[in-house]
Amino acid sequence: MSAARSCRPPRALAAGLFVWRLRSTGARQMPCRFVHLYHVASSKLITFQYCNFLKRMYVTQCNKDLSQRAKPKSDSIVSPFHELQQLDQEKKVVHKISSASPVPQSWSEMSSRNELRKIKSAAETEDSVIPGGAESKEDRQWKEMKLRLDDLPGILARLSKIKLTALVVSTASTGFAMAPVPFELTCFLLASLGTGLASCAANSINQFFEVPFDSNMNRTKNRPLVRGQISPLLAVCFAACCGIPGVALLTLGVNPLTGALGAFNIFLYTCCYTPLKRMSIANTWVGAVVGAIPPIMGWTAATGSLDAGALLLGGILYSWQFPHFNALSWGLREDYSRGGYCMMSVTHPGLCRRVALRHCLALIGLSAVAPVLNITTWTFPIISLPINLYISYLGFRFYRDADRSSSRKLFFCSLWHLPLLLLVMFTCKKSVLEKEDKGELRGGSHEMAMEIRLP
Amino acid sequence: MAAARVLRAGGCYRRHPLSSASSSASSGSGRAAERGERPDSVGLGFRPPPHSHSDWIGPPDKHSNLRPVIFYVPPEESALERRLREARQEAQASNQRFWARHNRAFRQEKEEFIYSRLKAKGLEMRDESGQKATLSAEEMADFYKDFLSKNLKKHLQYNRDWYKHNFRITFLMGQVALMRALRWLRGRKRNVEQ
Repeated sequence: MSAARSCRPPRALAAGLFVWRLRSTGARQMPCRFVHLYHVASSKLITFQYCNFLKRMYVTQCNKDLSQRAKPKSDSIVSPFHELQQLDQEKKVVHKISSASPVPQSWSEMSSRNELRKIKSAAETEDSVIPGGAESKEDRQWKEMKLRLDDLPGILARLSKIKLTALVVSTASTGFAMAPVPFELTCFLLASLGTGLASCAANSINQFFEVPFDSNMNRTKNRPLVRGQISPLLAVCFAACCGIPGVALLTLGVNPLTGALGAFNIFLYTCCYTPLKRMSIANTWVGAVVGAIPPIMGWTAATGSLDAGALLLGGILYSWQFPHFNALSWGLREDYSRGGYCMMSVTHPGLCRRVALRHCLALIGLSAVAPVLNITTWTFPIISLPINLYISYLGFRFYRDADRSSSRKLFFCSLWHLPLLLLVMFTCKKSVLEKEDKGELRGGSHEMAMEIRLP
Repeated sequence: MAAARVLRAGGCYRRHPLSSASSSASSGSGRAAERGERPDSVGLGFRPPPHSHSDWIGPPDKHSNLRPVIFYVPPEESALERRLREARQEAQASNQRFWARHNRAFRQEKEEFIYSRLKAKGLEMRDESGQKATLSAEEMADFYKDFLSKNLKKHLQYNRDWYKHNFRITFLMGQVALMRALRWLRGRKRNVEQ
């Protein structure tokens, strides 16, 4: 079980950092950027779990192999006092064992184990006596399927994969920021909101389609629909309530091109990528396109047209998907195989690693094209060369070694590589003022740009 | 709150056990429910509290990893509500059958694969310290690839069935929600008129 598995949300609109193919998409919440940095700091632990504000989860290490499986906190109605009591009893047992001395070691171990077992079973039977309820442990795991309004925000956040949506919105914002037009705040906010709503809708429909598959994969088994916290009808209604206003906002409040891209992306994600995951490995390429569209949407929101710059940004996100996802999926082969997901890592492992390496190298090429298209200055390919070379090096190691450690290294690198690359790109952005000075922009174009944005 | 109730279209009102197989069992328990008795949820080892008017969902099943649901059968269940409940029960039973069988087959074939590979290497299933011997992920990769390709057709068929069930249930839920909303509005109108 890859550590990454538990932290990777399924790939959604977000170009991102998360491939949620992992239906390994367990309470797969993509860490936000802050969590990324935290991740890098303690790369062996899935630390985003600790930052998970949506649900209390415990990360447990299993089998000493640093893989982590999120263990959901049992929402038991037994009072915390009872748990404390149980702990005390167990502690008492430990003391008891250490004081018992001159007996042959193996016998004392056995007896201590037996004692522990007796105390544990006594504690369990005591459960029924505790004022929390006369229910057995298993009974407590049965939950009433009643929607509580105070739980609803948390449930909807998990349904819409809010963290992943936040990442999608940030890539769209980057696309908006990189566009060579003066920054317009209202348009920016409308575009971000519309993209976020569209992403929520797509993620909800995805979860709606995948309930039994999510139940069977460790990463995704704690999703709201799997746990019966929300009915499928409500999930679809929520998706409609997000998707329709989102696309309408993009079409009417920003421009029709952005709206069309948003609607197309929702369709691509829910109706192409999701079913294709179980039919053919081509889903990876479709998913990469899904991830590449948000920055294009950001760009078209700003400029109103689909130019080479938009396609370049989309291309960078597209290429980035492959090392990110392929490395991640390498550790989830068992779950994919059992769950019936057609992924390259299972069916065509050689291709999986080749494609990852190929696209790492493509990132170098794409970074070099940016100044040619006047999106950035020439400092961008130079500054980004070290990070692109590093991820290519890890991609090469993954290609050659094809083992768990190289796949994990590549995956974790991809998590910080993308935000850093986009940040460097933004700082190296070719200034619009610079262009005006050089007379490249004609005077009226500013007003024209404004006209495009305002309906 | 009424809106929430209406949207919670999945709920039925009398406890009805998850019956995975025979219609006779379900009709028998239906009759028991009509008599006001709690139909058997003993198969699942849990009986929801009598005052509760909603469905109850349990921990994941050992074999299928799916969570069983005990459906509530209301005393005056309409035909539409009954169709919804039966559709959900049928989907649940079919999913349970598929995944339990599939997961069992996976586990079994995995064990056989490990055994045959260990034997080929000349090792025993358990090493000196009594720990179960495992193969590395790279060695298991052949098994995963093989298992996936063998079961692809089965999965395609299951996917079709699952999508059909899912759409049908959600559509019925929508109809039930609409019917309940209309019923509630008519009830309000009557109260206002009185």
